[in-house]
Amino acid sequence: MTVEHATRSSRIGVALVALAAIGLALAPYWGDRQTLRLLAEMFTFIALASLWNLLAGYAGLVSVGQQAFVGLGGYVLFALAMLLDVNPILAIFIAGPVGALIAAPVALLIFRLRGAYFAIGTWVVAEVFRLLASQISVLGGGSGISLPASVVLAMAPSRQMREFEMYWLALLLTIVILATIFALLRSRHGLALTAIRDNELAAQSSGIGVWGIKFAVYILTAFGTSMIGAFIFLQKLRISPDTAFSVNDWTAFVIFITVIGGIGRIEGPIVGTIIFFALRQSFAGLGSLYLLMMGAVAIVVMLWAPKGLWGVIVERLGWQVLPLQRHLMLEKDTRGKS
Amino acid sequence: MPDGPLLQISAVDAFYGDFQALFGVSLNVGAGQVVAVIGANGAGKSTLLKCIAGLMHPSRGEILFGNSATTNTPAFEALKRGIALVPEGRRLFPSLTVEENLLIGGQSRHAGPWTLARVYELFPVLAERRTLPAPALSGGQQQMAAIGRALMGNPRLLLCDEISLGLAPIVVRDIYSRLPQIVGEGLSLIIVEQDIVQALRAANHVYCLQEGRVALHGAARDLTREKISAAYFGI
Amino acid sequence: MQWLNVILQGVLIGGLYAMFAAGLSLIFGVMRLVNIAHGDLIVLAAYVSLMATQAFGVDPLTSLLLVVPVMALIGYALQRGLLNYTLGDDLLPPLLVTFGLSIIIQNGLLELFTADSRKLQAGAIEIQTFQLAQNLWIGALPLIQFVVAVAVIAGLQLLFYRTALGRALRATSDDQAVAQLMGLDTRHVFAIAMALSLAVIAIAGVFLAVRANFDPAIGPARLIFAFEAVIIGGLGSMWGTLAGGIILGVSQAIGAQIDPGWQLLAGHIVFLTILAVRPQGLFPKVSG
Repeated sequence: MTVEHATRSSRIGVALVALAAIGLALAPYWGDRQTLRLLAEMFTFIALASLWNLLAGYAGLVSVGQQAFVGLGGYVLFALAMLLDVNPILAIFIAGPVGALIAAPVALLIFRLRGAYFAIGTWVVAEVFRLLASQISVLGGGSGISLPASVVLAMAPSRQMREFEMYWLALLLTIVILATIFALLRSRHGLALTAIRDNELAAQSSGIGVWGIKFAVYILTAFGTSMIGAFIFLQKLRISPDTAFSVNDWTAFVIFITVIGGIGRIEGPIVGTIIFFALRQSFAGLGSLYLLMMGAVAIVVMLWAPKGLWGVIVERLGWQVLPLQRHLMLEKDTRGKS
Repeated sequence: MPDGPLLQISAVDAFYGDFQALFGVSLNVGAGQVVAVIGANGAGKSTLLKCIAGLMHPSRGEILFGNSATTNTPAFEALKRGIALVPEGRRLFPSLTVEENLLIGGQSRHAGPWTLARVYELFPVLAERRTLPAPALSGGQQQMAAIGRALMGNPRLLLCDEISLGLAPIVVRDIYSRLPQIVGEGLSLIIVEQDIVQALRAANHVYCLQEGRVALHGAARDLTREKISAAYFGI
Repeated sequence: MQWLNVILQGVLIGGLYAMFAAGLSLIFGVMRLVNIAHGDLIVLAAYVSLMATQAFGVDPLTSLLLVVPVMALIGYALQRGLLNYTLGDDLLPPLLVTFGLSIIIQNGLLELFTADSRKLQAGAIEIQTFQLAQNLWIGALPLIQFVVAVAVIAGLQLLFYRTALGRALRATSDDQAVAQLMGLDTRHVFAIAMALSLAVIAIAGVFLAVRANFDPAIGPARLIFAFEAVIIGGLGSMWGTLAGGIILGVSQAIGAQIDPGWQLLAGHIVFLTILAVRPQGLFPKVSG
C-alpha cells in the first residue's frame, strides 16, 4: 500500500499552474504598467487570503485582526528604511521574522480565548498596534508619513526597473508563501491540520498536539502577513495608522475573498481573488456599496454554499488543481478511492 | 375513548444518516394501556420513542396519534398533541432548580389532573428539594423529577426511555411502584426498558425489538421466559 | 480631588459600557452566539433615534418609545430570518455571517447618512450637574445613564431568574432538544432572546447618541468595549459585566487623564493584563 497525492486532474492542474507561473514571470515583457500594478495587487490579496485560509480554514483560528501584522510589516519597513538606512527590499524580508517574533507573545495571550471571543481578541490586538503606531512620532504619529525619495531611488536606477522589481517581488513573495503553505499541507503536519479542520476533538484524542500546531500556524501566518504588509506599503510609498491597520482593506476583503472562493481549500483564495477583482473592475467607483455587496454575497455563500465556489466545483467535477489529497493505493495496481 | 388505538405506528423505517435503525416497525398502544418495549442495546428502542416524540422523523411508514398523523410533526408540537417524553438519561435542565424544571414542564398549560402539588404528592422527596439546582439531586431523584416534568404537561401518552438506567434496584422498584398512580388517571404509557422484569410486571402488552425489527409482541401474561429470550437475543 | 472626579466619570461611563456588554453577554449565554455586528447595531439604534427625533420632533429620550420596539422587531426578524440558520456546531458560519452583517450595516449607514459626525441634543439635561462635594461634580445625564444601566441589568437578572420567559431561555440554552419536548419552539425562543438583546442595544444606542458624536464607523470600537467589559468581568455573570464595564471606564478615564492619546490604550492594556493573569475574569459565574 502506498499513499499517492496526484490524480489525473491534479497532474493537469500542476502543469497549468507551472505554465501560468512562467507566463506571469514574463509579464513585464507583455504587460503595461497598469496591468503589472493590477497583477501585483492581486498577488498580495492571494497571499493574504491564502494565509488567512491556513489560519481559519485549516487551523480553525478565525482571526479578524490580521491587519495587525499587515500594518506591523509596513511600519517595520518604514522604520528600517528611514531610520536605519536598510535597503527596502531587504527590509521586507526582515519584516517577516519581526512579525513572527511579536506574534509569539500575542498568541500566548489571545489563545486563552476561544471561538468568536478569540476573533474579537485578535481585533483588540490590531487596535492596540494601531494606537501604539499613532504614538510613534518619528514615523508620523497619527497622520502618517511618506517614504523619502532617496529611499525609493535607491531601489533601482530607473522607474521602469523599479516597477519591474516590485512586480517580481510581489510574484516571488506570493509564490514562496503559496509553496510554503502547500508544502506544509503535504507534510504530516498538514495531515494533522486537516484532521483539526475536520474534527478538532477527534484530532486531539488521536494524540495530535493541537495547541502546538495552532501556535506554529499562527506564527507562520504572522511571518507571511508581515512580509506582504511590508511590500504593500513599499508599493504605496506612504503609511499611516488608519491605512496600515484598516479592517476593511486587510481583513474584510480578505475574508470575503476566501469565503466566496472556498475556505479550507488551497485553491479557494485564488479563485476568490480572481472573482473579486473581476467584479471590482465592473463595479469600479461604487466604494462602500461594493463592500456592502461583497458582504451580502459572502453571507449568502456562507449559508448556501459554505464550501465556496471552488468547493462546489470540486464536488460537482471532482477537480483538484494542486495535488493535496491522499489516495490510498492498494497492491496490484488497482486505483484506490478517487 | 376514540375508536381504534391511541397510537398506531405502521411499518416505520428510521435512519441515522446512512445507518438504518428501524425496519418496518409496527406498534399499537390503546388508551390507558401500558406497553413495554424491550430489547438489547442498539435494538432501536430509543429511536422509536424519538420518532413518536418528533425528535426524529421516519423515512417511511406512518405514525397516527388520536386520529391525526404525527409522522412529521416537529418536536415542539408533541406536547400540544399530548405526547410527553421522559428522555434517556433524565436530561433535566442543569441551569434550573427542581421546581423550575417541573414548572417548565407545565409551561404550555394543558388542562389535566397533574399540577405541581400533585407531582409533589407523588414524589414527596422532590418537594423537600424543590429549590435545589437539578444536578444536586441523586440519580433516582432526578428520574422522579424528569417523570414529574413530563407529567406537568398533562399528556395523553407518556414515553419513558430507560428510567431504570444507572439506578439501584431498590430505587427502580420505588419508582415503578408509583406507576399505577400515573396510569390510573387514564394516561397511556410506553416503557422502554433493558430491565425486563420490571417492564413485564408493569405492562399489559410487550414488544421486543431486535436489531431494529419487532421480533415478538403479545400480552405480557402470554409471553414465556423462553420466547422472550429467543426474541431478545435473536436466537 | 481631581482624581476622584476622574474615577467618578470613569464609573459613570462604565455603566454605559456595561449596557453595551449586557446585550452581547445575553446572546452568548442563550445561544453561544457572538454577534460581531453588535457594535454596529448600537450605532444603527443611534441613527434610528436620529430619524425619529427629526421626523417627530421629539427629544432623544422620548424617541426611545419608538427605537426600542423597532430595534426589538429588527432583532426578532434578524434571528428568525438569518442567524438561526447559522447556529450549530461549526463556529465559522455565525462568526462570518455576523462579520458580513457588520460590514453591511456600516456601509449601508454610510450610504444613507454619509460619514458626517452627528450628535443628538437632549436639551437642558445635558449641561445640568450636581455638586456632591467641593470640587466634585456629577453630570445629570451621565448619572441617569448609569442608573438606567444598573436598572437594565437588574431587570435582565429578574427576567432570567424570576419569569417563565427567563426559564424558557435558560432551558433552551441548556438543552435545545429537551426544551422542544416542553413545547418550546426554539426558533422562536432564540428570536425573542435576540429581540431582547436589541432592545437593550436600543437604549445603549440612544444614550451613546446623546453623549458623544457618532458616525457609521464607530461600531467596532463599541463591540470591543462590550467584549472587554464581558471578559474583564467574567463570562456568565451580568453583575460581573457591570463590574467589568466600570473597571474599563475607570481605566480609560485614568489613561485619558495621563495623556489624552492614552485613553483607549489604557483600557486595552487593562484588558490584556486581566487576560494574562486571570483569564476567567474577575467575577466569573461557576457554570451551572
